[in-house]
Amino acid sequence: MNWLIISPILLPLVLACIMLLLWRHPVWQRWTALGGMVALVGCGAGLFGVVYVHGVQSEQLAGYGAPFGITFVADLFSSIMVLASAILGTAVTVYSMTNIENRRESFGYYPLLHLLLLGVCGAFLTGDVFNLFVFFEIMLMASFVLLTLGGERGQMEGAIKYVTLNLISSAIFLAAVGILYGMTGTLNMADLSNQVVWIAENRPEELPLLTILAMMFLIAFGVKAAMFPLFFWLPASYHTPPPAVSAIFAALLTKVGVYSMARFFTLIFTHDVGTTHMIILVLAGFGMICGVLGAAAQNEFRRILAFHSVSQIGYMLMGIGLIVMLAHRDDEIAHHAVQMGLAGTIIFVVHHLFVKPNLFLVSGVVERIGGTGELKKLGGFYKTEPLLAIMFLISALSLAGIPPLSGFWAKYILVLAGLQLEQYFIVFIALLTGLLTLYSMVKIWAAAFWTDVPDDSPVHNAAHMAHAKHGIRRMIYPIAVIAVIIVLFGVFAGPIFDVAMEAAAQMLDPSAYIEAVQFEEFSPTLGRGEEADS
Amino acid sequence: MLIAVLLLFALALAAPLIDRAAGRWTGAVLALGPLAAFLIIARWLPDVAAGETITQVHAWADALDIRLSFYLDGLSLMFALLISGIGTLIVFYAGTYLEGDPRRGRFYAWLLIFMASMLGLVLADNIISMFIFWELTSVSSYFLIGYDHHRESARKSALQAMLVTGGGGLALLAGLIMLGVAAGSMEVSQIINEGEVLREHAWYLPIVILVFAGCFTKSAQFPFHFWLPNAMEAPTPVSAYLHSSTMVKAGVYLLARLNPALGATDVWLYTLVIFGGVTMLVGAYLAIRQVYLKKILAYSTVSALGVLVFLTGLSNVDSPEAAQYAGKAFAVFLLAHALYKATLFLVAGTITHETGEKDVTKLGGLRRKMPLTALAAALAGASMAGLPPFFGFLGKELLLDTTVKNPDWMLPLTIAAGVAGFLFVIVALLIAVKPFWGALKETAQHPHEAPFAMWFGPALLGSLSLLFGLFLNPLARPIIEPTASAVMGVPQEVKLALWHGINLPLMISVAAVVLGILAFLGLPIISRILKPFDALNRIGPERGYYALFNGTLKLASFQTRLLQSGYLRVYLFITITMSVGLIGWQILQLDVLPIVDQFREIEVVPFVIENLYTLIVAALILIGTFGAVHSRSRLSAIASLGVVGYGVALIYIIHGAPDLAITQFLIETLTVILFVLVFYHLPQFPRISSVPARVRDLVVSVAAGVMMTVLVLIATNLETEKISDYFAENSYELGQGRNIVNVILVDFRSMDTLGEIVVLVIAAVGVLALLKLKPPREQERKNNPHEADGREEAS
Repeated sequence: MNWLIISPILLPLVLACIMLLLWRHPVWQRWTALGGMVALVGCGAGLFGVVYVHGVQSEQLAGYGAPFGITFVADLFSSIMVLASAILGTAVTVYSMTNIENRRESFGYYPLLHLLLLGVCGAFLTGDVFNLFVFFEIMLMASFVLLTLGGERGQMEGAIKYVTLNLISSAIFLAAVGILYGMTGTLNMADLSNQVVWIAENRPEELPLLTILAMMFLIAFGVKAAMFPLFFWLPASYHTPPPAVSAIFAALLTKVGVYSMARFFTLIFTHDVGTTHMIILVLAGFGMICGVLGAAAQNEFRRILAFHSVSQIGYMLMGIGLIVMLAHRDDEIAHHAVQMGLAGTIIFVVHHLFVKPNLFLVSGVVERIGGTGELKKLGGFYKTEPLLAIMFLISALSLAGIPPLSGFWAKYILVLAGLQLEQYFIVFIALLTGLLTLYSMVKIWAAAFWTDVPDDSPVHNAAHMAHAKHGIRRMIYPIAVIAVIIVLFGVFAGPIFDVAMEAAAQMLDPSAYIEAVQFEEFSPTLGRGEEADS
Repeated sequence: MLIAVLLLFALALAAPLIDRAAGRWTGAVLALGPLAAFLIIARWLPDVAAGETITQVHAWADALDIRLSFYLDGLSLMFALLISGIGTLIVFYAGTYLEGDPRRGRFYAWLLIFMASMLGLVLADNIISMFIFWELTSVSSYFLIGYDHHRESARKSALQAMLVTGGGGLALLAGLIMLGVAAGSMEVSQIINEGEVLREHAWYLPIVILVFAGCFTKSAQFPFHFWLPNAMEAPTPVSAYLHSSTMVKAGVYLLARLNPALGATDVWLYTLVIFGGVTMLVGAYLAIRQVYLKKILAYSTVSALGVLVFLTGLSNVDSPEAAQYAGKAFAVFLLAHALYKATLFLVAGTITHETGEKDVTKLGGLRRKMPLTALAAALAGASMAGLPPFFGFLGKELLLDTTVKNPDWMLPLTIAAGVAGFLFVIVALLIAVKPFWGALKETAQHPHEAPFAMWFGPALLGSLSLLFGLFLNPLARPIIEPTASAVMGVPQEVKLALWHGINLPLMISVAAVVLGILAFLGLPIISRILKPFDALNRIGPERGYYALFNGTLKLASFQTRLLQSGYLRVYLFITITMSVGLIGWQILQLDVLPIVDQFREIEVVPFVIENLYTLIVAALILIGTFGAVHSRSRLSAIASLGVVGYGVALIYIIHGAPDLAITQFLIETLTVILFVLVFYHLPQFPRISSVPARVRDLVVSVAAGVMMTVLVLIATNLETEKISDYFAENSYELGQGRNIVNVILVDFRSMDTLGEIVVLVIAAVGVLALLKLKPPREQERKNNPHEADGREEAS
């Protein structure tokens, strides 16, 4: 049994159970949650280390070989995602100790946080399509409850939109899984990859059906990822729960959608990249511009941040969409550029996984002290909280792609790949979006940090300030740690890019992924895969 | 060279602490940083003067071709010395200028970040590293321009500068990447040797346009010049530094840097000459229309930048003699302008600091109160006006020499240069003479001579304007010659002399000075005549900026209202339409005839008899569906849905799955009961959607239904080997159970079941929290000022 690969699922599950048993002791839950998150970071780091050194890892649950039992696979991309999620989870847990009020803590906030992580890590690691659906459900349910926890009116309204649109995604996902099974007779992702090759060679007349399935998964994951034009749940809900919850959502929810899309559209749906990936590329472009314009139209700290995510999802999808060029070009430069584009997606996902939550965390401090998130009623934070201002700047400028911070590298790599693949239009949109992103960030900066404190601000109230400042360090420290990560990300851009390229190579050539999966000897479907290989 | 850059970055981080510790000595202490950088760079002066170039490489992201590599030739040396040298004096000056301001520490941090970035920019060999520094100068200047950030005008100007230069910067990024890809190297030292490859490359034109976009915005060329005068919101030391000698020259630097690689084409030549020439004239004209000291200087800077771009362009003309003159003139004018403009800015700062007055028409007679400042102003003013033996004289002479020697367009170019020279004389007199001579005018503050730190810098720089002019060959030539060589791309031999004999340029110069003095004396009259033309400013390019800015914001709120309307039904509509569109489009690509054929083969009567039960149930389900849609009360709608659910359960029974059917019956029953209990508390639901909206919804839902039906039909028609056979064969042997479904659920795929159990647990917690955890009342009211508008999100 390869415990390391199971640990990111087992650990949050067991700890969530323990915390549920400690229902009446929220303070104990806090520390259990923190310990669990730190241990999860350890598991993630260990898993990443093993994958980095020894290559793709896999495990068959219950000992049944693939494609009958459920497979877990960890390649570089998935192990990076687990590690990054765990780090962010730790930061948010510390932050929550002050940000989440007692009434929320005593209704299972910490176990829910762990169960959310369980769903997320499971989605990253599973190698089985139906199992992925199950982890999606765990994630959806945990996030829904976290979203409603507290029962405020705005939360309810956001949560209803969130859950309704996501249930449509689930329904389409489930239908697609059924049809996929009907078509290929298997649900194992590595096996599916083989099947697609087999179908392309032996039953080419069925390929259009595969494209239909690709569209269904695109919609299902597209809703999760907040892809244009399926993103509505995101700007409707992210600003409603406490900032700690916004932060963990911004870090994880859409990433799982993007991850799954990247996985499916490199491992499985590669039979007609000229159609499927072109659609992704076009939607990516629309998402970038539409999201950033949406953000420019908002006037509240967290609403700006939320809408912005739609735009950044566009960047992440751009790297996947650029694979379209493999339908038209087969030279070495094109292959290298496509690999670079996918590496850009990976770097962008990881960069955004730190930067956007950090901005939400900053917004939490600002709202706590300033009493509101409305930009008009805020001001003076540059003068009163210079360190917070610097941490906001690091994150905001990184989001806007200002060098040498993480966001610049992510954008640079995508633009470089796009130019080499002669996709000028998407590059143009990506750059224009960068400028508008800068505008939105500067808008927050000018309104909340640069202007003078408004006269009616609660900042002038000593009692309010004493309450607001109480325990504020537990909110500031996580922000500072993530800010340091963002800076280091830029300093070590070289090695990070090398790892991302390696991860992208693993995805574009799935043979390592497939070989790592332990197939049952007498698998009926495996035989077809081998035929295809020979 | 890396050390010099890193030293300044490190100093920037430490600046707020040093400011707290060093007190009034802060300026002097911090000035040691740029001074050290100056000395580090100056060490290479003899090598560079001898025609050598120095390259240093440090690894960063080699797989991306991004290195921290540095390249020192005449051009980068000239800029590096100006940046660190003038930087030293500015830092020293600012310590006193901002004495007592609590924000001084932060100010220094941003100023030093800016300085380090600027130094990195001009020294970088790798164009992407260069771009990184380029962006950092834009960002740090945003914070410097917005220093007085409690004022809205300061914030607005900072934003404008950031957006204009930032927008250009993004174009430049694309241009530089394409340049690097086309040239096959990201290193400037390689790229400048690839001129022929680049000019033949298919990307040549886009590269040039993108580089222009970056450089023209950064260097405030017409029509992007408007942000620079607005940036005068910054404290004066910043203006002196960023907006005269360094940041705005970054664009000029890059144009000159790439001149050997991208030049020698008509596009390059004509664009630079035209834009540079227009900027030169527009800037100089607008300068004499201003009354505020710093605005006058700002516009004259715009004009000087135009001159430099103009000369860069002219260094590509066909005639080798004229081209050589242009290269030489570029180098001399660059140095001369940096020296006198920084001086004049600092003098302007000192005047305002001492008198509290910015308006030049309200100043006069200060020479007795501030003799040293007046002297510095006089030295710099003489250089700017182009009087011999000042260094500025040589700059102007060479500029005129270039235009006169030019084979084509000699006349218009020379006239343009002559007019610019004439306007420069007026500006020089306005700044250097007007405030100091004549009768002393009353000002808000009582003026005294400035403290040492505030006259030392201007006096030193002013004297240098004279010294460089007096000792041309020993002092100026070692730096002018390699600079001209770098701009031209081939080694140049430069001889400098003030006296060129009595020739056309000299006569134009004399005329410019004489006319300039006359015009200065008659300026009040001229101003009155020109006043009506100021209306033209209102249709200037700045209007375009605001139109674009506001237009974008309007578009943003329009599209956001359209898409993120706040209505869940709109979201659902778009989501489902999108799904039907994408999936349906692919279905249409498919050959569905086999399925249709299959229906044709059916004989109706036997089929009906055979499937009688199924058909009856199907009819029930359909009726239930219509009932649910049509019902006017919630209760009957939910009852109709119950019929649908029961129908599905019956189908399970027909197909031999009683366990599933029982589950389904239970769920349906419970659901209906729960719904009834909940709905009992809700009001009747009225019909609110209009007929067209209902038709639209009908079309979409029918399309979605048809799509799913077709999909299922296609899927069930596929014959394939499935893994389910394995489960059937092995469930008893491996799972010790005869119920295959059970074995799959609890053994083969137990992880799925565990996951679903977790979902249920979460749901239980969620229900508990929803029921028991209510928000504190007061808080709820605070969070929701508008009750019951149903559109929380769109507010």
